[in-house]
Amino acid sequence: MRGDYPLNSTLRSSRRRLRATVVCALVAALVLSAAWAPAALAADPIKIGFGMALTGGLAANGKAALIAMQLWAEDVNKTGGLLGRKVELVYYDDQTKGATVPGIYTKLLDVDKVHFVVSGYGTNLIAPAMPIVMERKLVFPALFGLANNEKANYRGYFQIMPAGPRPALDWTATYLEVATRQTPKPQTIAIVGADAEYPHNALAGIRENIKKFGLKTVYDATYPPNTVDFTPIARAIKATNPDVVFVASYPPDSVGMVLAAHEVQLRPKMFGGGMVGLQFAAFLTKLGPKLNGIVNYDFWVPEPSLKFPGIEEFLKRYQARAAKEGVDPLGHYLPPWAYAYLQVLGQAIEGTKSVDQQKVAEYLHAKEHDTIVGKVKFGGNGEWATSRVLQVQFQGIDSGDVAQFHKPGKRVVVWPEQFKSGNVVYPYEKALK
Amino acid sequence: MFSLELLLNALVAGILLGGFYAAVSLGISMAFGLLDVVNIAHPVFVMLGAYAAYIMNVRLGFDPILTGVLFTPLFYGLGVLLYRVYYASFERKGAESLRGLVFFFGVLFIVEVSLLLAFGVDYRLVEAPYIGESLRIGSVGIAFRLLVPCVVGVALTGALYLFLSRTFYGRAIQAVAQDAFALRLMGANPFRVKGIAFGLAIATAALAGALLIMIGPVEPAMNREYIGRVFAVAVLGGMGSIGGTLVAALILGIAESLTATFSGPSWSVAVSFGVLLFALAVRPAGLFGR
Amino acid sequence: MAGRTFAALAVVVVAAGLAVTGLGVNQYYYFAAYVVLQYVVLATAWNILGGYTGYVNFGTPAFFALGAYTAVVLIQSMKAPLVVQLLGGAAVAGVLGLGIGYLTLRLRGVFFSIATLALAVVLQTLFVNWEYTGGARGITLARPATTPLGGSYVEYLFVVMLVLTVIAVATAWWIEHSWVGRGLAAIRDNEEAAECMGVPTLRLKLVATTVSGLLMGLAGGSFPYYLTFIEPASVFDLNYAVNSLAMPMIGGSTTWMGPVIGAILLGTAQQVATVTISSALNLLIVGVILVAFVILAPEGIVGLVQRLARRGRA
Repeated sequence: MRGDYPLNSTLRSSRRRLRATVVCALVAALVLSAAWAPAALAADPIKIGFGMALTGGLAANGKAALIAMQLWAEDVNKTGGLLGRKVELVYYDDQTKGATVPGIYTKLLDVDKVHFVVSGYGTNLIAPAMPIVMERKLVFPALFGLANNEKANYRGYFQIMPAGPRPALDWTATYLEVATRQTPKPQTIAIVGADAEYPHNALAGIRENIKKFGLKTVYDATYPPNTVDFTPIARAIKATNPDVVFVASYPPDSVGMVLAAHEVQLRPKMFGGGMVGLQFAAFLTKLGPKLNGIVNYDFWVPEPSLKFPGIEEFLKRYQARAAKEGVDPLGHYLPPWAYAYLQVLGQAIEGTKSVDQQKVAEYLHAKEHDTIVGKVKFGGNGEWATSRVLQVQFQGIDSGDVAQFHKPGKRVVVWPEQFKSGNVVYPYEKALK
Repeated sequence: MFSLELLLNALVAGILLGGFYAAVSLGISMAFGLLDVVNIAHPVFVMLGAYAAYIMNVRLGFDPILTGVLFTPLFYGLGVLLYRVYYASFERKGAESLRGLVFFFGVLFIVEVSLLLAFGVDYRLVEAPYIGESLRIGSVGIAFRLLVPCVVGVALTGALYLFLSRTFYGRAIQAVAQDAFALRLMGANPFRVKGIAFGLAIATAALAGALLIMIGPVEPAMNREYIGRVFAVAVLGGMGSIGGTLVAALILGIAESLTATFSGPSWSVAVSFGVLLFALAVRPAGLFGR
Repeated sequence: MAGRTFAALAVVVVAAGLAVTGLGVNQYYYFAAYVVLQYVVLATAWNILGGYTGYVNFGTPAFFALGAYTAVVLIQSMKAPLVVQLLGGAAVAGVLGLGIGYLTLRLRGVFFSIATLALAVVLQTLFVNWEYTGGARGITLARPATTPLGGSYVEYLFVVMLVLTVIAVATAWWIEHSWVGRGLAAIRDNEEAAECMGVPTLRLKLVATTVSGLLMGLAGGSFPYYLTFIEPASVFDLNYAVNSLAMPMIGGSTTWMGPVIGAILLGTAQQVATVTISSALNLLIVGVILVAFVILAPEGIVGLVQRLARRGRA
């Protein structure tokens, strides 16, 4: 922007515009190269690079993930780093815009010379990094993308989200597993979701599963992400009188759907399924008792069946920091996984005693890894070998107090059997009383 | 799955939604319709109002509507101030339209980022005893969460309408919209009159914001989703016609609600913009154009 | 500037670009340069309508996305090479531009702007619901394994975008220096008067909207292979509308040089900010720059320089 001051004296006539253009371009180039000059190298740390959503639509989660990742780096460095070298995180804000991702990852690799890259948060921000990662044959631990590796089947891709080997199918099957085990067995289902990446994937998944479980679809629709009023949708669903309602939604619409369902007295036998947002403190406390009876997916809740070593200390430290940064004060949803996907990478580097991409990738495939979210085993396509999507039911919530969600008993794990901590209250109406 | 009950409920829901849209759009109707100030940043001031409601609700337990009313004078002052800058930089030089637009784009970013820095990126909600409750009249259900915004929106429209048609300053605003030069000849100061009008336009955002956060969770960047809608309402309503704004808002609300109920909700926003495009092509001056 | 000088400049720019790819420069700079050049094309295209005729188009994302999605369809259906994608994208977006041109018959000023905004919303909904191009889920597109000119695909994309930039700027230059430009300027100053004087306003406006749309589609045409992942929210990003409008405003909207300078400066500033200031401050800077420029330098950088030059001479 400063480019025009030196020009004052040189530009005497408008005919010399050409020269002005050239000078402007040169100045811009100078500004550029000054800004991009590589920083002085520290004493040879292992650098891990990534882009993360720190502004834009996914920033609330992105910032929470970043805190977790920084905690991991601190933990590792406290105990002497990896292979005796310090760990350094190099990261940029991807602004929740896929278009910034190719630039960020090439900058990380070519200018910052990072040793490893990991993904940012979310399917849409993982996808644009894939070709770069594949071209250079890098290990790529990824954070919460749905079926990013479905087409490419790239061997270096590792998804920490426990959706399972066939992500959209395995994820949504859990909800129907719960539903079809109840008596009276539900016959009809209504499915609804937002016009966005995750909800469309989830809806595609559940459509397949509905066939498999022998249910009948009576309502199937999507709504735009900026929908204000959900009561017409809830009412249209109610008019079809379904036994089960499956909702695949993003945070603001999850709240809209829950409120609208109460307002129009939508009372299927089971309600919930794939609502993102019902895992965050802001919504848990504001919706309070209105959550009772909803069965929804989750990845980790503070139930006794899921007390993995290290998770409680991690959450304590995360929560102390989250309060300052103004992000989700509970941190049950994304942060443990953001910690874990670096944990597996760190273990693989230690395990192979090398920073060789090929070796690290093979190690990640071969071994089972101990993390704060439990044992992680990757399958051939880099997804979890078996799905560990939980279905939890909100039970006995009588206020909007945040303290209750730190304790077990409010979000009861009803699926899978291995981690079950209580029984489903069925039908939905019974849980409302 | 068509039934009379559904139709009735869809219409009611549309009217409720429309009342809310009116509250959000009134400020644009005044600024853009009457004063020719293309305030594309209006929705971000609505956001500011929503966050005011949030902070007062969380800290002091105030009802969002109460906060909305309390903050109107502050927003009025903000509006007057913003208009001064706008006037000095653009209108006086007679170069307002395009550059004014860019100016407000800049303002939009500045306010949005300030909100981001102050409140973070997490979604915020308010608490009030009536949120999530509903009222039933026969087979028609009415959610308080939507009824309150509608009532406030309609009341706000009425109040503005009365102000513009019955008071001295109101008529002066109408006059300045038609012919600022003539007004000057009559001894009134168009700059001051327009300042008052713009102040009022921004003041409505305080209330509209309170309504917005009552309906659902908000985050700073959400204002962008409303830019299209509010301009659609203002244009469809006929640029500066207060009554027209309400009618246009109701049409949009009902169109969205009917589409959401009977065909794919996916198309509801496109339908309301389709209505706008059609209206513009057939009658560019809007439904109640001057 | 004389035509010959301009042509020489264009040749030099392309040659320089090609030479750079031979030097084996860091890959990152190609990505960054590609984005900046893409903005030069978009800003120049926007300016042909917005700057020359005064019709403010809020629908840049609609044209850009149409270009991108046309390319997606061509890839999906027949694995078309990049050149075909570009031509297809440009053609389809150009047709949309022509349609928009007929809208100007009825809609002027802000009404026109609102209509373009509405158009973008309707188009986005269309693509959200069209499963063939990935719908709301988005679609992953693999780049061809080989690049036509050798070297990496990113280098190739950079060269292509450089050529597109020269095409766009040359078009703007030609319009500005021909009877078309003079006619458009007459429309900007007073459309009714121009009409009365016998200026074929509709035909001229149709040329402007079509060319503008075509160039935006051209920029969108190579986007699928740049990002390799296309989904509606990211191609219909409001940022394209804001940037393509803000860049000419900052550079100066009455000459071909304005959008070029504006896009290079603002585009570069954004690129640098992305990898340095990792926070919301990035957006704040754009806001402050915009406000500062429209208030302090209303004619843009080109206007500012001209004014200072005139003062220096006096």
